[in-house]
Amino acid sequence: MSGPLTAVLEVRDLVIEFGGVRALDGVSFHARKGQVLSVIGPNGAGKTTLFNVVSGIYRANAGQVLLAGQEVAGQPPHILARRGLSRTFQNLQIFFQMSVIENVMVGRHVHEGRNLLAHLCGLRSVGRQNAATREQALRLLDRVGLAAHADRPAASMAYGALKRLEIARALAIEPLVLMLDEPAAGCNPRETAELDEIIQDIARSGITVVLVEHNIRLIMKISDHIVVLNYGRKLSEGTAAEVSCDAKVVEAYLGTVDTQAGVVSVVGA
Amino acid sequence: MSVFESLRLSLHANGGVLALAGVMLFLPFLLTSDFHYRVIAVVWIFSLAVVGLNILMGHTGVVSLGHGGFVGLGAYSVAVGPVLLGIPVWLSLLVGVLLGGFLALLIGKPLLRLKGHYLAAATLGFGILVFMLFSNEVRWTGGPDGMSVKRLNLFGWEVRGAQTWYWVGAGVLLVGAWMARNLERSPTGRALQAIHGSEVAAAITGVDVAGYKLIAFVLSALYATAAGAMMALMNGHVTPGIGDFLVSLQLLTMVVLGGMGSLLGAVVGAALLLVLPQFLTVVHDYEHAFIGLILIVCMIFLRSGIVPTLHARFRKYQ
Amino acid sequence: MSEFLQFILAGMTVGAIYSVVALGFTMVFNASGVVNFAQGEFVMLGGMLTVYGLALGMPYSVAALFAVVATSLISVALYDFAIRPARGAPVYALIIITVGASILIRGLTKIAFGTGPRDLPPLLGDEPVRVAGAVILPQSMLVIASTLAIYLCLWLLLQKTLLGHAVVASANNRMAAQMVGIDVDVMTRFSFSLSAAIGAFSGILISPITLVSYDMGTMLALKGFAAAILGGMGSPLGAILGGVLVGLSEAMSAGYLSSQYKDATAFVIIILVLFVFPNGLVGKSGHERV
Repeated sequence: MSGPLTAVLEVRDLVIEFGGVRALDGVSFHARKGQVLSVIGPNGAGKTTLFNVVSGIYRANAGQVLLAGQEVAGQPPHILARRGLSRTFQNLQIFFQMSVIENVMVGRHVHEGRNLLAHLCGLRSVGRQNAATREQALRLLDRVGLAAHADRPAASMAYGALKRLEIARALAIEPLVLMLDEPAAGCNPRETAELDEIIQDIARSGITVVLVEHNIRLIMKISDHIVVLNYGRKLSEGTAAEVSCDAKVVEAYLGTVDTQAGVVSVVGA
Repeated sequence: MSVFESLRLSLHANGGVLALAGVMLFLPFLLTSDFHYRVIAVVWIFSLAVVGLNILMGHTGVVSLGHGGFVGLGAYSVAVGPVLLGIPVWLSLLVGVLLGGFLALLIGKPLLRLKGHYLAAATLGFGILVFMLFSNEVRWTGGPDGMSVKRLNLFGWEVRGAQTWYWVGAGVLLVGAWMARNLERSPTGRALQAIHGSEVAAAITGVDVAGYKLIAFVLSALYATAAGAMMALMNGHVTPGIGDFLVSLQLLTMVVLGGMGSLLGAVVGAALLLVLPQFLTVVHDYEHAFIGLILIVCMIFLRSGIVPTLHARFRKYQ
Repeated sequence: MSEFLQFILAGMTVGAIYSVVALGFTMVFNASGVVNFAQGEFVMLGGMLTVYGLALGMPYSVAALFAVVATSLISVALYDFAIRPARGAPVYALIIITVGASILIRGLTKIAFGTGPRDLPPLLGDEPVRVAGAVILPQSMLVIASTLAIYLCLWLLLQKTLLGHAVVASANNRMAAQMVGIDVDVMTRFSFSLSAAIGAFSGILISPITLVSYDMGTMLALKGFAAAILGGMGSPLGAILGGVLVGLSEAMSAGYLSSQYKDATAFVIIILVLFVFPNGLVGKSGHERV
């Protein structure tokens, strides 16, 4: 039975305020290696804010974020990337003017050399570096099923493909923790099934996956652990079975339980 | 990979630079007077500054309205060095370029924390401050009338004359363009393009956005300073006008016109803006209006600039 | 002491002009999100076109009216031909467009009126007035007074009239304003023309003191911009305060430090303010939504 001591990612009492409103009010959870942890909750519960704080885009007002046991709260995103944290975005932040494979190659940046002089002089070593990076990028594209489109402009790809491209780019870092912000949003059932496969494949390779999603079916299927947020607070956590039976969760997110009729009626979202 | 394959790939990778070299080699067959050589020499020199500015603007989206300041710095370094410090011209040149880079490093860090209009205004402020310095410090710089510049002397060879500077300018530009091309195809180049695409995503992918913007800024400053130095050495004389607001605008317009992020575009932009007024002398008086109009029209109708737009059209037909 | 007061008065006079330019920036920024680098040119055009009108034989007031109206129309044309077509363009494109517009106006003025500075006769005579040991031109007093009047009228317009409310609404939320029936384009044009009108008006008033030349616009724009960001881009009150501060700093540094570098004061201010307060003193900081 492993607890916070073996956690790859741990969040402790995280608080962030925006103009007087507490978007996150003391959220704590942890995720272990190879685990798929999902964060769910109604819109405005603070899920994306949580992601933005953990990934260094926002600065928390209080609390700690520990990556592989090291305190990382307040570090800028590019440092976190070097430490092994990567993420995707809800609203797709793709480098549209670059090709598909170039997008993933950028993901290899943390593993590439940074000798500016060598870059300016076009030394052989840079050429070799480029070739190696390209090969690794191609492998990642293959993993998400986009290898055939490697040299196409990113702007010409379909929405579902771009979601997978972002994942490939995030994987290029060789992260410890991969955070996916609504990867299934706007995807049709086939694309969602492909995503399911990809996520499980990633978790099997030892990467911890933290997921924000609204697609309950997907969540229930692939999550090892679920954290439920509501109004910036943790409402509940546990396995899929535990969470779906928790009355608080059902009321806040899935609907109220009409105990008399013994039926769950969905009220609201 | 066969020899032919690797050659073909190398050609493709360096196509722009080779095409440029080709033009440089064959152009003299069309030039019939020293005046012609002079005009093209100026094109090569300005192109160098534009290539540098392109590294900054084409990738990071930073609009600099003050790069004339670096041009002026380069120009006055080679003028002031021998006179005030007694150091040989070639050393003044080197020191000047390094000084430009150092200055960029110094002000770039705080400057690049700004965004959009504020950044543009700050660069404009920088450019004008430098200009004021050269205009006002008459003791050192000869004030508004300027000062004369000793010729560059390399191992006994005095570098002067329109034809000489045609080749010197071309050579330096070629080196500069080659380096810029190498940069594009390197991890640094990809990082810069990523920043252009999405700063947030670039950061999350491990790119130190602020650091790379600074690198681009410093590189662009080095190029501009070198160009300014060459201008002064070629003319044998320098006035504060070499680094005034108009020069900053000209550089900006050349980048915009030729194509942001395009190496060949930098040269095309410089060539158009410098050569056209020679053919249409009336344009010279209308320079401000002309530049203003080009900037507006380009941004609305031809936002990528001439060369990238043509390139995209060409690709569509393949 | 009287010297100090002299500098204060000089500073307030130029500061008044910077305030008006800053107000213009603020108005246009609030209406369209664009920082219009051509703002300084409107001040120049006010003076220049009045000179032109006088040369054509118009009486002063008619020439002034002509100048203000013409400048307003030029500003609207700028919006319709350069800024509206580029709606939604990235920031760098908008910057380049307004810089281009500023240069275009400057260039056309140079072609039409030449490079020499022009003069306008002062409105209240040129007999300086003594105030506690310092002297001030009646024209300067007029400049200061009219700037205050402009601010007051603007405040009344935006806060107390329906038109003003419509302008504010359009600036705040374009789509919502459209949905309640406001023609947002007309409102934006109105903001552009108004910002140009007050600029031109001030230009007419300042020309008897400083003369008007085709290239004065750039410096004015920069100093007005310094004033606007000092006070916080988007805040009209900030624009006034910023203008006064920039003007006073300039006069003080000219008087006590070096008159050669007085123009540098505004830039030093820009640089200082932006480094310490990247969003101005009164402006808001934003989070990029991801």
